[in-house]
Amino acid sequence: MLEIALARKLGAVQIRVDLLLERETVLLIGPNGAGKSVLLRLLLGVLPPDAGRVALEGRVLFDAERGVDLPAEDRELGYLPQDYALFPHLRAIENVAFGLSRLPRAERLPRARAWLERLGVAHLAGRFPAGLSGGERQRVALARALARGPRALFLDEPFASLDPIARRDLRVSLREWLRDWRLPALIVSHDPADAVLAGRIAVIEQGRVVQQGTLAELRRASASSFVAGFTEGLQ
Amino acid sequence: MKRRAASAWGPAQAVASALLGVFLVLPVAALFTTLTWSDFLGGLDNPLLLPALKLSFLTTTSSLALVVVLGTLLAWRVTRNPGRLSRLLEILSQLPAVIPPAVAGVGLLLAFGRRGLLGGWLDRFGVGVAFTTTAVILAESFVSAPFFIQAAIAAFRRVDENLIVVARTLGASPFRTFLRVGLPIAAPGMVAGAAMSWARAVGEFGATLLFAGNLTGRTQTMPLAVYTSMESDLRAAQALSIILVTVAFAILFVLRRVAAGRALPGTEVRGA
Repeated sequence: MLEIALARKLGAVQIRVDLLLERETVLLIGPNGAGKSVLLRLLLGVLPPDAGRVALEGRVLFDAERGVDLPAEDRELGYLPQDYALFPHLRAIENVAFGLSRLPRAERLPRARAWLERLGVAHLAGRFPAGLSGGERQRVALARALARGPRALFLDEPFASLDPIARRDLRVSLREWLRDWRLPALIVSHDPADAVLAGRIAVIEQGRVVQQGTLAELRRASASSFVAGFTEGLQ
Repeated sequence: MKRRAASAWGPAQAVASALLGVFLVLPVAALFTTLTWSDFLGGLDNPLLLPALKLSFLTTTSSLALVVVLGTLLAWRVTRNPGRLSRLLEILSQLPAVIPPAVAGVGLLLAFGRRGLLGGWLDRFGVGVAFTTTAVILAESFVSAPFFIQAAIAAFRRVDENLIVVARTLGASPFRTFLRVGLPIAAPGMVAGAAMSWARAVGEFGATLLFAGNLTGRTQTMPLAVYTSMESDLRAAQALSIILVTVAFAILFVLRRVAAGRALPGTEVRGA
């Protein structure tokens, strides 16, 4: 379980988010500047919150009152940014092996290859990111995030930089993978079509979660014009 | 009228390029073409040559190492912790580039000379800096540092913030992130900056003369040797100049090749 209670003032926006994730996928939607990406950075430990508490499977990652603030490298979180952020100077397999520094050196590349295989891109192991398509990059980046065995997964607009066909194919694959991995997963999205990935949708507006629920619940009683617009986009 | 202006635009660029190109190449061409082989070989026998060449090599490699190590850390700090202090650091690091070298020499003397700000304190421990080889290294570091620092800051700024965040989530400490992600990605830009910085250090004259003096074997670098030999024998000065230019070109050429070889896979610019 991922327990989130965070506050941070950033410019004009005051972010105050309370959210609870079981081993489930939650879609985080909201207008531009609502604080979605900032929330991910707060959770990842690269931006310090002003107050609050974050715990994952009972392990406290951040607690302002108790002065706990685990560095990003110790939080065991998988992160897939919008542009996938593959290291351009490393081959696909080296990208995946980057996070396996805990393993003995001889085991890193075989493990990385196994993950590339699981995501169907083992044949691209020797390629540099510049030689990969958008969809291939996403698979390599997912393999890299998962190879380390994260306890939760954060995906920031995972399909934004893909063409429509790759987007459709990968959405189907990702839905199955998420079901297999059974991790608390938070997907930031703008696209109503991404609703199929998640059992629950959380709506963030002006730094606060204004509504949570299944797609049907959101459709039945939209808390704002943004939510109404989002659910309409599905029809 | 408009048409005439438009038709003159192309030729204007051609004439400007030709004029400037000739002007920039002419002195270098003159160095090479106005000396006979025997004069050149005679110049090589000049007793100033070998000590100056050795000293220039020693001091410029030392100043380059100093500037690269400290400058890299400063540039990383400035780019990763944006704020008022970083902006101030960045501006201060560019200061030597706008100070005339002779003024830099006076400043260095007033800072590190026997009665200088820091020199007086060092003198109490029996450490004298001015008019030593160390002074040459400091003078060269002072004038050449801005070139490297500026290039390193620009190169680090091009490292996508998301790469840094992802590296951290993959278990890399801030230091390992710098070493395995920041440094390799910024390397080509940094090598180019190091080459410019080194070239500036090799040519350093004014600050060295004022702060370190012109002592053969101790503080007389190649540019100072050219200046000294010019007083007695123009041919010898010319031979020394040719050697200096050739060595500088050779090293710059090698460094550029290294930088091109280190360019990120798939991002090479065709024909560059």
